[in-house]
Amino acid sequence: MSTSRITLAKGLNAGLRAAMEQDDKVMLMGEDVGRLGGVFRITDGLQKDFGERRVLDSPLAESGIVGTAVGLAMRGYRPVIEIQFDGFVYPAYDQIVTQVAKMSYRSQGKVPLPLVIRIPFGGGIGAVEHHSESPEAQFAHTPGLKVVACSNPVDGYWMIQQAIASDDPVIFLEPKRQYHADKADLDTSVAPPPLFTSQVVRRGDDVTLLAYGPMVRTCLAAAEAAVSEGRSVEVIDLRTLSPLDMGPVLASVRRTGRAVVAHEAHRNLGMGSELSARITEECFYSLQAPVLRVGGFDTPYPAARNEHHFLPDLDRVLDAVDRSFAF
Amino acid sequence: MTWVTHLQTDDSGPAPTPASYGVVTTSPEAVIPQPSEERVMTILTGAPTAHESAECEPDYVQLLTPDGERREHPDYAFDGDDDLVRTFYRDMVMARRIDTEATALQRHGELGIWAQLLGQEAAQIGAAHGTRRQDFIFPTYREHGVAWVRGLDPVRLLGLFRGIDHGGWDPKDHNFGLYTVVIGAQALHAVGYAMGIEADGDVGTGDLDRDAVAVAHFGDGASSQGDVLESFVFAATYNAPVVFYCQNNQWAISAPIERQSRTPLHWRAPGFGFPGVRVDGNDVLATYAVMRATTDRARSGQGPTFVEAYTYRMGAHTTTDDPTRYRSGNDVDAWKRKDPIARVEAYLRRADAVDDAWLASLAEEAADLGATLRRGCHELPDPAPLALFDHVYAEVPDELAEQRDSYAAYLAQFEEVSR
Repeated sequence: MSTSRITLAKGLNAGLRAAMEQDDKVMLMGEDVGRLGGVFRITDGLQKDFGERRVLDSPLAESGIVGTAVGLAMRGYRPVIEIQFDGFVYPAYDQIVTQVAKMSYRSQGKVPLPLVIRIPFGGGIGAVEHHSESPEAQFAHTPGLKVVACSNPVDGYWMIQQAIASDDPVIFLEPKRQYHADKADLDTSVAPPPLFTSQVVRRGDDVTLLAYGPMVRTCLAAAEAAVSEGRSVEVIDLRTLSPLDMGPVLASVRRTGRAVVAHEAHRNLGMGSELSARITEECFYSLQAPVLRVGGFDTPYPAARNEHHFLPDLDRVLDAVDRSFAF
Repeated sequence: MTWVTHLQTDDSGPAPTPASYGVVTTSPEAVIPQPSEERVMTILTGAPTAHESAECEPDYVQLLTPDGERREHPDYAFDGDDDLVRTFYRDMVMARRIDTEATALQRHGELGIWAQLLGQEAAQIGAAHGTRRQDFIFPTYREHGVAWVRGLDPVRLLGLFRGIDHGGWDPKDHNFGLYTVVIGAQALHAVGYAMGIEADGDVGTGDLDRDAVAVAHFGDGASSQGDVLESFVFAATYNAPVVFYCQNNQWAISAPIERQSRTPLHWRAPGFGFPGVRVDGNDVLATYAVMRATTDRARSGQGPTFVEAYTYRMGAHTTTDDPTRYRSGNDVDAWKRKDPIARVEAYLRRADAVDDAWLASLAEEAADLGATLRRGCHELPDPAPLALFDHVYAEVPDELAEQRDSYAAYLAQFEEVSR
């Protein structure tokens, strides 16, 4: 099979295309996903190739998109819907939490909902209010949902297909500032790891950096920079946020004795809080320092000209690593 | 007195025809009727509401009067015979019995709560019979009569109210969805399902046993919910084969219909691009005829219809509610005279289609159903403790399995102690 060099946007697009080719029950729906190809062009060309019956431009109503997708799934379809921006998911929050998350439970397993809700998330694109948020903890806190975040083009290609194949509803988070950033080689002959697994993306011995989505790239850069300071940093791309895949995390922390969690989301009750608690419960005697968290501040997302202060960057990640070693 | 004259305090023009305020007709070439701008302005600048009191008859499709007299309607006709009317009668009696029995079970502490349907028997039984078997029904939590017609064991309905499950029946068994407690959420599901029907090509083939429709049940309170209004938008946009069936029972707990809308609810439909029709919700012949016509319209590919079944919640919102705090007995007494079951009995007796023996036998059957329901309720097993972990996901994550196993081990400690 051929190898191609692709962006995350292309990886997702190719993944969606592959899923639609494999299963004619896969339908795409969302605002501007058809003729326009989505505001980020993730669905570019799909309506042209698969038709208006499988790639639906929806009215501008997020709850309507999710609610009708529930009905489509009940009819036997596998809807993949796009929420245009993270901050616009809240009109659909009720449908997601009270219906999507609970249908399997309510029906005692008789109504599974194979539904994927794609959400471009995170900041760093200089956008106006509501276009740069990280709502993952709100969904990870909701039983019945599965929540994953891709961080790179290859994962984008595979993870979207795996999410579509899942019989559970999946919140699929895409780091929007990475859409058109880095390129990677996709070799479709190499089998991907299972969807709900975390992956060590850089080996190290002294401290474990935990990240997902857009912060993986930042943490990899931090790990590279730390080499000059003589520190060997392990980086884990969590990939799955609900359920968490604690196996690789605990194995790593037991070895390094230190852990730092980094995310763009607000620190208070963010994913870092849960990871810190789990690591402390499971690896208490292995820890050389408390688990530290680097995150967005507990403020609303700031105006774009200030977002570089809000978003954890390489220096703030390294600062946390330094603080970990100070214990 | 019609609702139009009721709300008008001055003479502002000729009375509207049915088409001027959105009554659907069954002719395929019919354009979507809309209220004229003049009419709308009259409503909006005139009386504070356009609803009717119990003393003031609204304009609606009625085929059987409260006295049991058959009436003709230009657009809708009851095409069944007296056997079918007897079936409706029987089903309404049984639905009322289920409701009465469940209410009693709540009073005895066997159910935590019960949402009563008293007074809405015709609105439900006629609508249920009006659909065809392949049509999929999305209920609220009050459609006990629809469930009965669809063949769902009424004992299954009790699980939710007894607190042993959240529903749990398989919607596919009877094409009857799970009760939905979030007001109006199911309207969107119905539209999505209808979009799926359309995508499957099960619309407009002309095969009455194949072409399917989704039916969204909701109440007058739900008409204020964004999800319901969004469902109208999606249904219109995709011309989905769906019928919105709103049982306007006048009350959303303590909030009267005037809190939800200044105009008759069925007026909303033309604004969304499809017809609305109001039917006497206490007339089972009319609810049947309108549901049959509107579902067949959708089934043939002509798109959605909004049906407002104009009825009255004779009981409380639920068994926890006390309607004497917010509504007068006069209304209730007036609506008693429009009882949905009594008028059918009057008709059937006049037509010599039933006799005392048949009615006595039905009463016995209803009593048996009550006893069966009572016994079934008592015998419903409490769920096993660990069942609370079941069916959260199709594919159970390890961490949830570990949580369940850990709790099982925790519980086992107590069993050892008590041994």
